[in-house]
Amino acid sequence: MHHNVVVVGGNRIPFAKAGGPYTQASAHDMLTAALDGLIARTGLSGTRVGEVAAGAVLKHPNDFNLTREAVLSSALAPETPACDLQQACATGLETTMYIANKIALGQLDSGIAGGVDSASDAPITVSDPLRRILLRANAARDLKGRVAALSRIRPAHLAPDAPRVVEPRTGLSMGEHQARTTARWEIAREDQDRLAVASHHALAAAWERGFFDDLVTPYRGVTRDAILRPDTSLERLATLKPVFGGPEGTMTAGNSTALSDGAAAVLLGTEEWAREHHLTPWARVVDAQVAAVDHPGGADLLLAPVGATGRLLARQGLTLDDIDLLEIHEAFAATVLATLKAWEDEDYCRGLGLDGAIGRADRSRINVAGSSLAAGHPFAATGARIVPTLAKLLHERGPGTRGLISVCAAGGQGVVALLEAV
Amino acid sequence: MDATRLSTIPDLEQVRAALRPAVRGIEPSGRIVVVARPGGVGAGWEADAVARALDGVVRTVGKELRGGATANLVYVEPGVTPGDLASTLGFLLEGRSAFIDGQSWRVAPAQVAAAPLAAAPHDGRIVVVTGAARGIGAAIARTLARDGASIVAVDIPAAGEALADVANEIGGTALQLDITADDAGARIAAHVAARGESIHGIVHNAGITRDKMLVNTDAERWASVLEVNLRAQMRINAVLLDPTTEGGLADGGRIVGVASTSGLAGNKGQSNYAASKAGVAGLVIAMAPDLAARAITVNAVAPGFIETDMTARIPFVQREVFRRSNSLNQGGSPVDVAETIGYLLDPSSQGVTGQVIRVCGQNLVGA
Ligand SMILES: NC(=O)c1ccc[n+]([C@@H]2O[C@H](COP(=O)([O-])OP(=O)(O)OC[C@H]3O[C@@H](n4cnc5c(N)ncnc54)[C@H](O)[C@@H]3O)[C@@H](O)[C@H]2O)c1
Repeated sequence: MHHNVVVVGGNRIPFAKAGGPYTQASAHDMLTAALDGLIARTGLSGTRVGEVAAGAVLKHPNDFNLTREAVLSSALAPETPACDLQQACATGLETTMYIANKIALGQLDSGIAGGVDSASDAPITVSDPLRRILLRANAARDLKGRVAALSRIRPAHLAPDAPRVVEPRTGLSMGEHQARTTARWEIAREDQDRLAVASHHALAAAWERGFFDDLVTPYRGVTRDAILRPDTSLERLATLKPVFGGPEGTMTAGNSTALSDGAAAVLLGTEEWAREHHLTPWARVVDAQVAAVDHPGGADLLLAPVGATGRLLARQGLTLDDIDLLEIHEAFAATVLATLKAWEDEDYCRGLGLDGAIGRADRSRINVAGSSLAAGHPFAATGARIVPTLAKLLHERGPGTRGLISVCAAGGQGVVALLEAV
Repeated sequence: MDATRLSTIPDLEQVRAALRPAVRGIEPSGRIVVVARPGGVGAGWEADAVARALDGVVRTVGKELRGGATANLVYVEPGVTPGDLASTLGFLLEGRSAFIDGQSWRVAPAQVAAAPLAAAPHDGRIVVVTGAARGIGAAIARTLARDGASIVAVDIPAAGEALADVANEIGGTALQLDITADDAGARIAAHVAARGESIHGIVHNAGITRDKMLVNTDAERWASVLEVNLRAQMRINAVLLDPTTEGGLADGGRIVGVASTSGLAGNKGQSNYAASKAGVAGLVIAMAPDLAARAITVNAVAPGFIETDMTARIPFVQREVFRRSNSLNQGGSPVDVAETIGYLLDPSSQGVTGQVIRVCGQNLVGA
């Protein structure tokens, strides 16, 4: 039992810097807005969709059933089931594959995949010592015991623990990890800045030509991606100080993604379902592959998608030349550049168990409508931003054109997917 | 009152005799509707004078009535059947026409079968509404959807959030599109064609104002208003009327323009807007006969003072003056405009084409 799974639409809210215009919006609000825009565009108000899967990386405890609650707040029929999934920065791609696989197996005829993150509304927890004191006070049998316990609270205990995006096994942040990879692969500052500028210019051009008119719905008065700087230039980026990798570092706020708020959703279905609902299939979901690397053992944290890419291409009997468009998530400009170098590196690829180098990618095929450096990177939403963007780009280019998505994720993991225009 | 047999000046006495007790005894929000023959159909000089005299009488009655009661005149051309007239009389006698007063328009023969008024006249039909994110456009979308239409709600991308809310509320679809884009008509058609359908009606409601006295109006202000309010709909119509366009306007379809009483009457500080809105009236009158063979009707509504977010920004005193400068002593609601458009889109309103209907409570200006 195998059904063709097609991407028939997508929607996101404009992404924005954390602490910016969406500071007062919760993950629930943003995911609901992304769903509602998709429903309005595709005429699914009141419809029972097979299933909705979405997730958030920074998740409030009270958002335990985030996606189902967002569905209930949305215009979908309340009988639409939903679940939360999480695969770090690849969440939006992993939810796409979860829904796509169920459709392929005949368990669903349609579904929505998505992701949302609010770095503004990140859950703040109390410090460990404070938590222990509070628990002790709670357990105390009388007032005296309670007072005694509470009297041990020190000012330092009161500082809330803001969420940190650090790898538990290394204690290093993503940026610090990438800085090591950047140095190891000798990625020059200027190349990173150049890639960042290209991302801003490509995203701005796509907005300019109305490409996002049926991919984005404004939210809270924000009508375009708020991080986007259409007029940024190499000269301007060159003035920025490094933020990762010490004083000699090459990674700046300009060539690293900003902490972002946003939500995105993808509509998937069988071709028959798309036809019945008068929707135009953009692209077929062909295949996907997950991979991980041993980053506690020293492997490059954000290069896990390289192995996934090699395995997926081999399984499909394809080479890079068969891929018309590449979407490589710009966690950092250097992540993309190191990925490209790794693809070309015979030894590195063999070390991953591949038959040889993946190959040299034509730079003009990469992130042609901009990517995370310009759009922003609300962690879980990014995959669900990329899938419809790529599907529409492929559809514009005509049936049979192929696109590959590569997204790196915390824990030394990566998810890669292949789409083909219909 | 059936005045279709009145043709001489002494005959007009019958109008006085019939309306005198009617005006006296009418209940609040009651309706007086006079049905008459139009002038210019070869009935002679005196008959034409009588036809116009009736207009003067009905306008005056409209001004004399109180408590929300209205008086309107329908000119029926020779050959009009009861079926042709039913939708118009139904509309005028019901609450749907609450803000239409002292008006006259024509009904032509169209061989509409006599049938009870449909509860959902637009059932299953696709209607495109531009400027649907808010105000009058949102009310049009809601009202037509209530009566069964499947709405394609169009507004500029920046208005997408409100547009999505409207579309989801009424089970329609949202199309984020600037109607002044070169490919706007093609994008609307593609949206409809992708859904495997054709368009029953399009309501050109999107509009803007860029007010300044003529002496202060530069070419940019002038052009932008004409572009959105008039040229865009002409370009879109051209694409949708092309029989080779998939997802275009079906034969038997409907085009409705939104004019304005300030356009018809002229309004200080609105030379560009008046040009565009009077232009809409001119356009529908010109298009109607040319599309009659395809049974496509083309009409316009001309709203007067309607209570919307836009008019809520007018200073209080001025707003109060606007409200009171009509026979009904109040502003209209967006739904009043919407109901009038619903009546024009009704398949049984086939005999109504090339008409401009003011929804203004008989505003002192704009007659
Ligand atoms: N409110 C009144 O009293 C009144 C009176 C007479 C006529 N009108 C006319 O009625 C219509 C609706 O008026 P309203 O009061 O609801 O106005 P509004 O400003 O509240 O709504 C107009 C809508 O049109 C949209 N729009 C503007 N330019 C567009 C474009 N290029 N492409 C797509 N959409 C566009 C706007 O985004 C907005 O949502 C207008 O044509 C107006 O001129 C209004």
